[in-house]
Amino acid sequence: MKDLLNRWLDGEFDAFERMPELQEGYDISLDRKHELERSAAERIESLPQTRQIAEKERKAFHLWYVIAAFACCLTLALVFLYMTAHITAYGRENPRAEAIADRYIERGTEETGAVNAVAGMILDYRAFDTLGESHVLFTALVVVMLMLKLDETNTRKDREDYYRVRFEKYYPTDKDPILRLAGTLQGSFILLFGIYILLNGHLGPGGGFSGGAVLGTGLIILASSLGDADIDHFLTEKRFRVFTASALIFYILAKGYVFFSGANGLDNHIPKGTPGAILSAGLILPLDIAVGVIVACTMFGFYSLFRRGGIGGDETDD
Amino acid sequence: MELIEICRILLLVLLLGCVIGVNLARSLLQSVLVFMAYSSVMCVLWILMESPDLAITEAAVGAGVSGMLFLLTLKKLREIDRKGGEKS
Amino acid sequence: MIKGILNNYEEAVAVILFVAGLGMLLFRRNLIMKLIGMNIMDTGCFLFLASMGYISGRKAPILTALPAQGTDYVNPVPAGLVLTGIVVSVSVTAVMLSLSVRLYRRYHTLDIDAIYALSKHKLEDR
Repeated sequence: MKDLLNRWLDGEFDAFERMPELQEGYDISLDRKHELERSAAERIESLPQTRQIAEKERKAFHLWYVIAAFACCLTLALVFLYMTAHITAYGRENPRAEAIADRYIERGTEETGAVNAVAGMILDYRAFDTLGESHVLFTALVVVMLMLKLDETNTRKDREDYYRVRFEKYYPTDKDPILRLAGTLQGSFILLFGIYILLNGHLGPGGGFSGGAVLGTGLIILASSLGDADIDHFLTEKRFRVFTASALIFYILAKGYVFFSGANGLDNHIPKGTPGAILSAGLILPLDIAVGVIVACTMFGFYSLFRRGGIGGDETDD
Repeated sequence: MELIEICRILLLVLLLGCVIGVNLARSLLQSVLVFMAYSSVMCVLWILMESPDLAITEAAVGAGVSGMLFLLTLKKLREIDRKGGEKS
Repeated sequence: MIKGILNNYEEAVAVILFVAGLGMLLFRRNLIMKLIGMNIMDTGCFLFLASMGYISGRKAPILTALPAQGTDYVNPVPAGLVLTGIVVSVSVTAVMLSLSVRLYRRYHTLDIDAIYALSKHKLEDR
């Protein structure tokens, strides 16, 4: 036992997979599993070697670290407070920033067609920044997938147990009727609200990010109250990938060349419509929908990866 | 001072109080819950500063997705039912 | 200087939040508390940015009366920057949380000093 503990502490294998008591058999209940892992963790933490090594490292370095960190924070605080005392007063207008803001507001509606000046700014005048931000979201989803996705190399080698591990064993679905009813009602209204915010991004407050975040939380409520089996029928892994990738590719094709061409983009050839109608503002509505889909799928992907180790089911489950 | 100035000052003091609350909480679960309240107070501040886009986004993302990610992590690390446990 | 700080109380609180978040990042040993500190730093930044755009007496930048005058509305540029920042902040939080889950699986502790110590030393057989 001690030799196995030492080998684990040296990093030879992953703790959750190879603890000797957990190899009792497959029919071990979830509570018992939690108990065994918790007791193993406490045993590791209370090993005298762990405590001694941690304490020795801590003492040698700790005093200098505390003094330096405290000095750094204090200096930063004083410098920042000195700076805030000398900028323009809060609530007054800044004469140096007036030119850009006036241009965006006065010529905003005729050049972009959007009534919401902020949405018109981030999706038309500064669409390249939003493209970069969509890439950040996509990259974060890929990194979390790298860290947390369960597949054959992370779980036990038996194929039957792989499915049970991934779908039923660790996170059992709930069949509670009250939960299902409440989740369905809430989820439908939240999804409807999210679609409303998305479609009205250029007419009022809202836009791609807000609408996408609300859509994502609606999907999360549906997924957590209806259980995994029902959501997997709707959002399989292939559909998820197709949604995210196609939204991002659409945005790249629509606005990726603006870096080189400046204001002579595709927008000048699309009719702007009347400001105040939903089908107006040129390319802003499709771009809003693309950003909303990316944000919603990213939020749902984070939830699904943290909870189950995978997004959606396989196509063989349909 | 108008009423809106008093409201703003009260909300800013509440923000500082939430940061103190996050530090003095007794377990990780309490810290995360106070953090979600901090995010909601920030959402009200955005409305008082006349930016409704930021308010909707902060409400959905700060108290919603970010707080939920913290709670999911605590569940995975089995810290969510450790009552009053050690927390450095 | 005190008068200046009292005039700009919102920016002062934003800067105090930033330094408080930085302090949590430096002083707390638990990984989750460090992440909460990083999020507080982020929101302090956003508060500072967006409060530079607010002009009292003007309305939100939804152009209701066309043709629009530039002197009726709040500056929309900082709001656009903060909107991107909020979503980037949640992405960074998600990546850091997944990293801390993997660290916990390997070392079974969330204490950063213990993780560093365990990763450097090999235990002798007693």
